[in-house]
Amino acid sequence: LTSVGTALPGPRGRGRRFSLPDNGYRAGLYAVALLVAALAVWFLVAIVIQAVPAFSTLGFSWIVSKTWNPAHGQFGILPFILGTLETTAIAVVLAVPIGLGTAVALAFLVPARIRPALSTTVELLAAVPSVVYGLWGLIVLAPVFHNTVEPFLTTAFGWTGLFGGPSRGVGLLLAGVILFVMIVPTMVAVSRDVIAVVPTEQVEGAVALGATRWQVLRKVVLPGARTGILGAFTLATGRALGETVAVAMVIGNSPYIAHSLKAPAATVPSLIVNNFGESTGTELSVLIGAGLVLLVIGVLVNSAARWLVWSTGTRSAGLELGR
Amino acid sequence: VTVVLEPPADPTLERRAAIQAAAASSLRRRKVSSSVALGVCWLFLAIAVVPLVAVVYYVLAKGLPAWSTDFFTQPTKPEGVAAGGVWNAIVGTMVITAIAVAVTVPVGLLCGLYLAESDSGVAATLRFTADVMTGIPSITVGIFGYIAIVRNFGYSGYAGAFAIGFIMLPVITRAGETAFRGVPHSLNEAAMALGARKATVARRIVLPTALPGVITGVLLAVARGLGETAPLLLTIFGNQFLQWSPSKPMEALPILIYNDSSQPYADQVQLAWGAALLLMVVVLVLSIGSRLLAAHLQKERR
Repeated sequence: LTSVGTALPGPRGRGRRFSLPDNGYRAGLYAVALLVAALAVWFLVAIVIQAVPAFSTLGFSWIVSKTWNPAHGQFGILPFILGTLETTAIAVVLAVPIGLGTAVALAFLVPARIRPALSTTVELLAAVPSVVYGLWGLIVLAPVFHNTVEPFLTTAFGWTGLFGGPSRGVGLLLAGVILFVMIVPTMVAVSRDVIAVVPTEQVEGAVALGATRWQVLRKVVLPGARTGILGAFTLATGRALGETVAVAMVIGNSPYIAHSLKAPAATVPSLIVNNFGESTGTELSVLIGAGLVLLVIGVLVNSAARWLVWSTGTRSAGLELGR
Repeated sequence: VTVVLEPPADPTLERRAAIQAAAASSLRRRKVSSSVALGVCWLFLAIAVVPLVAVVYYVLAKGLPAWSTDFFTQPTKPEGVAAGGVWNAIVGTMVITAIAVAVTVPVGLLCGLYLAESDSGVAATLRFTADVMTGIPSITVGIFGYIAIVRNFGYSGYAGAFAIGFIMLPVITRAGETAFRGVPHSLNEAAMALGARKATVARRIVLPTALPGVITGVLLAVARGLGETAPLLLTIFGNQFLQWSPSKPMEALPILIYNDSSQPYADQVQLAWGAALLLMVVVLVLSIGSRLLAAHLQKERR
């Protein structure tokens, strides 16, 4: 086909513009594609090379060691790994039921007239920059937590031992809650898309058998969308793990393992962003190494999420939302 | 002998009767549990919506009073000096985003075009790479920008544009691929039958036809790039003075919000709210605009 195309006389006169021959066009596209691939390889290689000194001088024990004191050559990042896992856990535990319930309400309960508007609003909120959520958390929510929420939780649930120490506002709990607010739109948008894929015939069949709306949801819709919902959950987890500034603004940034949900803590991303500018030598390499650990976990979690959502046969727009 | 003609037992009817009996016997219980469960869903909807609405409300209520002529025309002033603005941050964000867009849009779209036209192993690998790149934690992109640019050339707007571009590139690539794949094959074939070269087909047929999708993807990528904070913190350093040159350290709106939010001075916190409002408005306008534009172009074509 190409040889026929080039053998025919081209258009003449005005409007005739230079056009690359087909092999040149193909080679050009291929070159651009290789450029993008090279960029990705450069990214990985650069980070690995810079992280190597941390592993070669300190081994691997610093990843699970719990003392962070760079001035004395102690680079344990366990407190930050725990902080990352704890804030993510708080956010996900809140976001999964609430996000799922919201998705169900948006898909089945809300009147059809306001459904598109409400769905779009939730999706748009996923686009709000994380630093804005951080600002809101620090200035508006932290005082509320300090004066109301944390004293209440201490009185009501102090016996669990989770709420020891003074109420400060900033800390693990606030960071987890801010993350929850940030990942809910992702959770809702992806869940709603995978719920919509459940065949209408199955829903109608259940209704015809006399099932109530809740029975239809629990026995037909949710099981049918199980894989996709797991994907939404995984994606939200990935977002929470990698979030930097919003968490750094409200977590209090303390390099010790928190023994209370009210205590200040730090996460791997907040450690990096707070210390990167001033560090050199081994400390810088350790920070980059911590970034590498985060990168590996983040990429694994995100790839798993995509695979789960795609395996339901939908390319949810929610996948491209936010960070 | 009288023969009583019993109607033959219809298995369907029997089954229906059994189902109706079973359904009726538990109907009340099931109805109650259904309303309770659905009520919980409504409650969760409310819990999810309230903080989101609260964020928007507070940013509007605290940000609008910060907006003034000085806010948009003056650079940041030292603590305690009145009439400071965020002009330096606006300039930094504009310059950095413009450079990132100028580089990543052509590269990303050409890469998307390659992916749309090829199903080879190379293309599959690249597609996977682009997907993995969208999931990279943004702080590690900042580390990359630091290693690749800052180490060699110092903190600069270019380093920030490099990091932001790295985040935008896979989004544009994948959005471009999806849009280009949506172009009907018959159009391509018709153009090639008329003797057009592939490059001509791409420029005159594929790109114009796929434009709504391309514009949506680019605007969404820009919206995402505008709000990225962590990569900028490691690459442009921040600058309280007005700086137009991207080869020098620059200020940007997200950095200003991040730094000013923890300041003890009410003036600076107010600037942070004003900047947050500006950033939120721009991002939302881009997101909503991309949807409207795509819908409009789609309708016009029909």
